[in-house]
Amino acid sequence: MATTPTAPLDAPKPAAKTNRIGLQVLDYRGGKTTLCAGCGHNAISERIIDAFYEMGVQPERVMKLSGIGCSSKSPAYFISRSHSFNSVHGRMPSVATGALLANHTMKALGVSGDGDTASIGMGQFVHMMRRNLPIIYIIEDNGVYGLTKGQFSATADIGSKLKTGVINDLPAIDTCALAIQLGATFVGRSFSGDKKQLLAMLKAAIAHNGNVVLDVISPCVTFNDHEGSTKSYKYMQEHDEVISEVGFVPYFQEIDVEYDAGTTIDVKMHDGSHMRLRKLHENYDPTDRIAATTALMSAHANGEVLTGVFYIDTQKPSFTEMLNLVDEPLGTLPDARVRPGRAALDDAMQRLM
Amino acid sequence: MATEDVALAAGTESGTLAKPDTQQRAPQGNIVNDLSIQIATVNGSGSQSANLVLLKSIFRMGIPVSGKNLFPSNIAGLPTWYTIRASKDGYVARKKEIDVLVAMNPETSKEDMLSLPPGAAAIYEESADLKQFRNDVACYPVPFDKLTAAACPEAKLRKLVKNMIYVGVVAQLLKIDMTAVEAALRKQFAKKTKAADLNWGAVQAGFEYAATNFTKHDPFVLEAMHATEGKIIIDGNAAAALGCVFAGCTVVMWYPITPSSSVVENFIDLAKRYRVEPDGKATFAVVQAEDELAAIGAVMGAGWAGARAMTATSGPGISLMAEFAGLGYYAELPGVIFDIQRTGPSTGMPTRNQQCDLLSVAFLSHGDTKHVILIPANVKECYEMAMAAFDLAEQLQTPVFVLSDLDLGMNNWMSEPFAYPDKPLNRGKVLNAEQLTKLGGFARYKDVDGDGVGYRTLPGTDHPLAAYFTRGSGHNEKAQYTERPDDYLNNMERLSRKFETARSLVPRPEVVQTGKSKIGLIAFGTSDFATLESRDQLNKEYSLDTDYLRLRAYPFSREVHDFVAAHERVYVIEQNRDAQMLSLLKLDLQAEEIVKLRSIRHFNGLPIDARSVTDELVTQEGI
Repeated sequence: MATTPTAPLDAPKPAAKTNRIGLQVLDYRGGKTTLCAGCGHNAISERIIDAFYEMGVQPERVMKLSGIGCSSKSPAYFISRSHSFNSVHGRMPSVATGALLANHTMKALGVSGDGDTASIGMGQFVHMMRRNLPIIYIIEDNGVYGLTKGQFSATADIGSKLKTGVINDLPAIDTCALAIQLGATFVGRSFSGDKKQLLAMLKAAIAHNGNVVLDVISPCVTFNDHEGSTKSYKYMQEHDEVISEVGFVPYFQEIDVEYDAGTTIDVKMHDGSHMRLRKLHENYDPTDRIAATTALMSAHANGEVLTGVFYIDTQKPSFTEMLNLVDEPLGTLPDARVRPGRAALDDAMQRLM
Repeated sequence: MATEDVALAAGTESGTLAKPDTQQRAPQGNIVNDLSIQIATVNGSGSQSANLVLLKSIFRMGIPVSGKNLFPSNIAGLPTWYTIRASKDGYVARKKEIDVLVAMNPETSKEDMLSLPPGAAAIYEESADLKQFRNDVACYPVPFDKLTAAACPEAKLRKLVKNMIYVGVVAQLLKIDMTAVEAALRKQFAKKTKAADLNWGAVQAGFEYAATNFTKHDPFVLEAMHATEGKIIIDGNAAAALGCVFAGCTVVMWYPITPSSSVVENFIDLAKRYRVEPDGKATFAVVQAEDELAAIGAVMGAGWAGARAMTATSGPGISLMAEFAGLGYYAELPGVIFDIQRTGPSTGMPTRNQQCDLLSVAFLSHGDTKHVILIPANVKECYEMAMAAFDLAEQLQTPVFVLSDLDLGMNNWMSEPFAYPDKPLNRGKVLNAEQLTKLGGFARYKDVDGDGVGYRTLPGTDHPLAAYFTRGSGHNEKAQYTERPDDYLNNMERLSRKFETARSLVPRPEVVQTGKSKIGLIAFGTSDFATLESRDQLNKEYSLDTDYLRLRAYPFSREVHDFVAAHERVYVIEQNRDAQMLSLLKLDLQAEEIVKLRSIRHFNGLPIDARSVTDELVTQEGI
């Protein structure tokens, strides 16, 4: 093909920016979103792309899992090079559990919504946390059922109002408070509009080996972004109370020392990374689940939406570690390691004679 | 629980109305190696060990034997019956008539006694004085408490040891070889020598008492044969578990439910023995789920990620699994689901038998969904079909159901030893990174080979083109979301073709056809035992020859059409009210074949017996 070069042939093209495994951010992209313009979920998808790119995670080592709903559609819109499983409503945790048992060497990322998690999926959500299943479980939380056109979900705040004027008269379920109580080992809340905080939290989540529950407030521009909604952009901007600024230093970067030791907590993650929380609330200790629960309850009483990393436990073994499995993925072990020999069958028969 | 609320006479065919069986008996002469013993006890009294010792003693004498536990849905306190059938002809179906009763449960002893046919024998606690109810039954009263106290100085063990007294009494009366009894007992207690000695003492005390005090006046005796040499005794659930271990099953997620729990419990025991590597690490994961939805969800997730995964359940669990079963069908995920059927509908009778989930499993889930079903009829097939199910699930990329039932799953059956699998695992069409490079990519749901089965990749495959998007929503060949009518039709038609492929891959029926008989019988699963015996009865008592086809899988293969076409009347024998297998056959057969179908059903919760089949067939034939 005839071309007209615009630069001298011998001049090297400016290298595209790559991460530590040589991939471009493009390699983490997905299909074009079909969600509404301005949907908080799209911003979360963008942060997921950034986080996995910046952490240099091989896309082929990631499994994306979701349930049903607007949020659960979003795995189609990021990291196309990862296998993805859009399962059934509220039951993604069980699918993830099976997938991780089959291959415990993979990084699992679950995307759910407030309906998918706190209503139809509550049973599986609870048991996923109790098992400390090693998955990053993101709740894209808008307090409303979007795909069925705007019914309240169980995370909608009491007194919040639908566009149609209907007022929610039941209390919200605080998924983070539940997560802390039930055994998740990394619990945080963020806001889809807070790029910096969300990105840092996602990167720390990638470094964590255990159950990560991130409740990300993600306004629904179509059904729940109006006056009277407590999951709107405006409400969040006015009521977002940050407990700590999340900083994150991946294990492959040098740790800089410019921080004030008196107001910062440094958490060493499983892979050697460091998460640094600059405390904005006094005496906040993210390893103390009682304090974390108290902080959440107090915020509710004050009408604040607390964001940040509330709780972290890097000691508790993950579910797949507890099972004492062989190092390789169970699913692809060779025949010889999963089918016992003739002697074993002879032994079994002898015992039955 | 107030026992008066419970109908107690589960041991009799006619519910609470006990009436003697009318079977004719030879007035004199011994009846050798053809009898059934019923032991009536109280649930939780620890009679299981004693019953197994009896069963295995008879087995060790070389006599074909089977054992059935008829137990209540209860932890302790309700009546339970254990039936042992010894049959020189090798019949193992439930026998309607009881020949020897061991009445250990005062709550039911009168009724148990009344239900005996004339000429039967009864062993019972002396103080119960059951003789007053029947003068046509041979009575052997035993002072159980007195004998137990003498044999077992420790009062708290007496309840258990008491059961061994009746083992001794039965052994003496039926002439069971005491060396066989001791060998069976010592194997059962394995390394617990002290317990074995104590129990053996009790057996001897029972034997001595009977020898000293009874004159035998019933015809039932056992004589050594050579029909059990080299055979094993196992229940169907343990056999299925063994099949899973040798099928290379790596992921199990389950929710306990009677009568399926022992599939997984056996798997755990066996896998700990045979599937732990020298460094102590396991090549399997077993997780108890929060419910059946999670259990099958995990099986689907594990199958997607490349594991051979299974769960075991029963009717109520099957209902809960419906949604995921549809996902498995449509998103094409391998997985194995054991349904150990029990009596429905709803909670039904959890400890009673039926073949009642056929229709619900065949079409489990909404939309146009259909499933591959394997139907084992004996313990050997439980083992073999467990292995076949994993191969088929991966070959066909779909959930495969194994339909067993309580009778097969929880009762002890004699069998030839199981054979070591002669073929390697068939892992189906899975592309690796190298193949992807050669192919330059793939389309997950494209029918490349014309058999309806596409190629898949597993998460973790190290290739940028390996990933695809799995979903239960509409998808095209490339696994992309679609609402296009042509994409949808193509995909659904391909799934139909895949089901046709399944037809040729599933186990074929077993056919016994002489070409001379106008009457064909069709049965499946545990209805096989009664059908085999009934064919002999029809032949001997009515000179009626029948051909027989035993279904072993759904979808049906061609042989079924040929069999129906070759007969004037075809009786479908099954254990449910609504003739579910017959309905399923109707969907496949032509109109001129359908009119030939007749139905024989047995669905009172007790395993089907030969006499019921014979009587019903003779009535319908107008003989």
